Amino acid sequence: MSNAAMKPLHFKPLNGVRIVVWSAFAVILLLLPVLARSNFAVTLLCLTGIAAIACMSYNMLLGQAGMLSFGHAVYTGLGAFVAIHAMNKIGGGWPIPMWMIPLVAGFAGLGFGALLGFVTTRKAGTPFSMITLGVGELVFAAALMFPEFFGGEAGINSNRTAGSGWMHGLGLNFGGQIQVYYLIAIYLFLCTAAMYAFTQTPLGRIANAVRDNAERAEFVGYDTRWVRYLIVMASSFFAGIAGGLTAINFEAATADLVHGTRSGGYLLFTFLGGVGFFFGPIIGAVLLIFSLVVLSELTKAWQLYVGIVFLIMVVFAPGGISSLLMLNLRRIKYGEWRKMRWPYAGMVFFGLIALWGFAAIVEMAYQAQVAAGSGSVVTVARIPMDASVLASWLIAAAVLLFGGICFEIWRRKFNKVWGEGEERIAEAIKKAEAAIV
Amino acid sequence: MEFFTISLLNGVSYGLLLFMLSAGLTLIFSMMGVLNFAHASFYMLGAYFAYQVSEWTNFWVAFVIAPVLVALLGGAFERTVLRKTHKFGHVAELLVTFGLSFVILELVQLVWGRTPVEYKVPAALDGSLFKLFNSTFPTYRAFMMVVAIGMLASLFLVLKKTRIGLVIQAALTHPDTTEALGHNVPRVFAFVFAGGCGLAALAGVIGGNAFITEPGMAQAVGAIIFVVVVVGGMGSLGGALIASLLIGVMQTFAVGLDWSFIGGLQSLGVDVTPETFGYPVWKLKLSQVAPILPYLLLVVMLVVRPKGIMGTRDE
Repeated sequence: MSNAAMKPLHFKPLNGVRIVVWSAFAVILLLLPVLARSNFAVTLLCLTGIAAIACMSYNMLLGQAGMLSFGHAVYTGLGAFVAIHAMNKIGGGWPIPMWMIPLVAGFAGLGFGALLGFVTTRKAGTPFSMITLGVGELVFAAALMFPEFFGGEAGINSNRTAGSGWMHGLGLNFGGQIQVYYLIAIYLFLCTAAMYAFTQTPLGRIANAVRDNAERAEFVGYDTRWVRYLIVMASSFFAGIAGGLTAINFEAATADLVHGTRSGGYLLFTFLGGVGFFFGPIIGAVLLIFSLVVLSELTKAWQLYVGIVFLIMVVFAPGGISSLLMLNLRRIKYGEWRKMRWPYAGMVFFGLIALWGFAAIVEMAYQAQVAAGSGSVVTVARIPMDASVLASWLIAAAVLLFGGICFEIWRRKFNKVWGEGEERIAEAIKKAEAAIV
Repeated sequence: MEFFTISLLNGVSYGLLLFMLSAGLTLIFSMMGVLNFAHASFYMLGAYFAYQVSEWTNFWVAFVIAPVLVALLGGAFERTVLRKTHKFGHVAELLVTFGLSFVILELVQLVWGRTPVEYKVPAALDGSLFKLFNSTFPTYRAFMMVVAIGMLASLFLVLKKTRIGLVIQAALTHPDTTEALGHNVPRVFAFVFAGGCGLAALAGVIGGNAFITEPGMAQAVGAIIFVVVVVGGMGSLGGALIASLLIGVMQTFAVGLDWSFIGGLQSLGVDVTPETFGYPVWKLKLSQVAPILPYLLLVVMLVVRPKGIMGTRDE
């Protein structure tokens, strides 16, 4: 053992790396709207910020405690409804400022988490997932049953510029989208910090233990059900904050906020972003808003593409995009990335060709089936394809086949190069360890 | 009496349909530990395949071919995708079937469109079987019950009385020992997965024309069959049967009844007005609450008896 290894460890929550990372995060949040310039971009940023809080709160369940929930939108949605009612109360003269609404929603989320989590956390693992799905359906059906609180089909509207207080006097009345953005940014920063800090607490660590081996955690003396219950409550607190911000952002809440589709979306994109790393869900949130707003404009079949990408990710990269990112960073660190350039280029090139063939088939099928009224010609990446001509189907299929085969060839090459690199890295690590001893 | 008998028959036939769906789900779950989220999607595929095949030929051909086709698809999915995710654990397996349900829904919309298709009851089974007082009981409902009971019986016979069933049961509880005895357990798994999907598809074939064949049909029953499996006890076929019948009968009766708390309280001499506290709850009619009854049952069951009706172990 060397002296370095013998040095006593001190807990220093504010070390150099962290100060740099978190300052950079704050600066980026501060500057993003300046770079965005257009109103539409600011709206997108608002949505992404809210989604980031929701996805990170979802990852407290999935990534931290291994609980796969199909009903997370229950907490964001109910938080939004409580927030919208509180906003209307402010309009009626309640003396709390508008910026506290997300906190109100957060505590509402916490309350619903305590209530519903009591039932859902009675089981772990797969049964937990099934129960959250059932509870999600229960809440959605109940939302349609009580129009007094949920506003029925039309939902409930509100006004975020209501209220008073010293901030109102300074012009902070959330009239413009930019003010809403900065409110969301502040909450995003604080929530991210709080959720990160939570992962470092004893409870956060025990959640990891329960995720990895519930039986052992139980033998050590922890009540695993109690741990799950606490995690669900903490997670629904942050989910509620996301819901409250949604209410402020849209000044409205409808029953589809608690619908299972939304829960499924959180699950899907949190996973795509990656559950293994703390920042993974933020990537997921960016993808979520990108798909919902941009991709859905490009193609009507966007959910099919998202579903297939999701399937591929689960099978080949269960760590999500963040894990792919970290694996490649590791390559760069050990100077192995250069060898990967050509395999990567080959895979991307032929992958895109295969994707074009696939997209052409899907888009033509869609045009022929759903949008037949608007003619049979559909443009796929600027190339017009006529769905009523057999030749265009054959061309698309041939392109897909060609691209797919070439992609597979390059993927095998890639696997070989990747495996060799992995061996060299393992060797380098062994050498470095030997040098210390 | 008339209402009671007809509702009971309808409830039992709906319950049996639910059981056909949850039987496959339960088998797959108890054997492989995999919760097949896409199970209801295979039910939907069964209905659509049956519609397509009966358009080309007739209902009886579809009745045989559609479940077989879906079973083959299910088996292929198990072999190519699900088996790969096995090493990542049950969460990954659940996620992969969740993704599959997404893809199947989109593909169905791509091929058959977003509006319901005209999948009709065959002429031979159209009409009423008998008349009770003023209500008629449709022949097709009786046919559904016969198919479901026939399936239930053959499932029981296969599992309990044949050699294949013995191997399946052995692989269920002691996969390692079964493998050591020379049986190909992964193949048994693929077989069970395919069989479960086939059962779901059979339910789709006979349920699709009794109800409605549309892209939303998978989501409509998906959550309910999960409730059935949890309430019945994870992995218990008998429990699933009881829970299916219970939910089927309960929902059918609730839809037909206009009872509400107000009526009950008024008959007790308590007057309820719109000013009374909690009025939105008191005024709800049982028929309005019907859609959430299965989920309420789930919640009550979890509070009272978390392991379910016939569950053996409490996780």
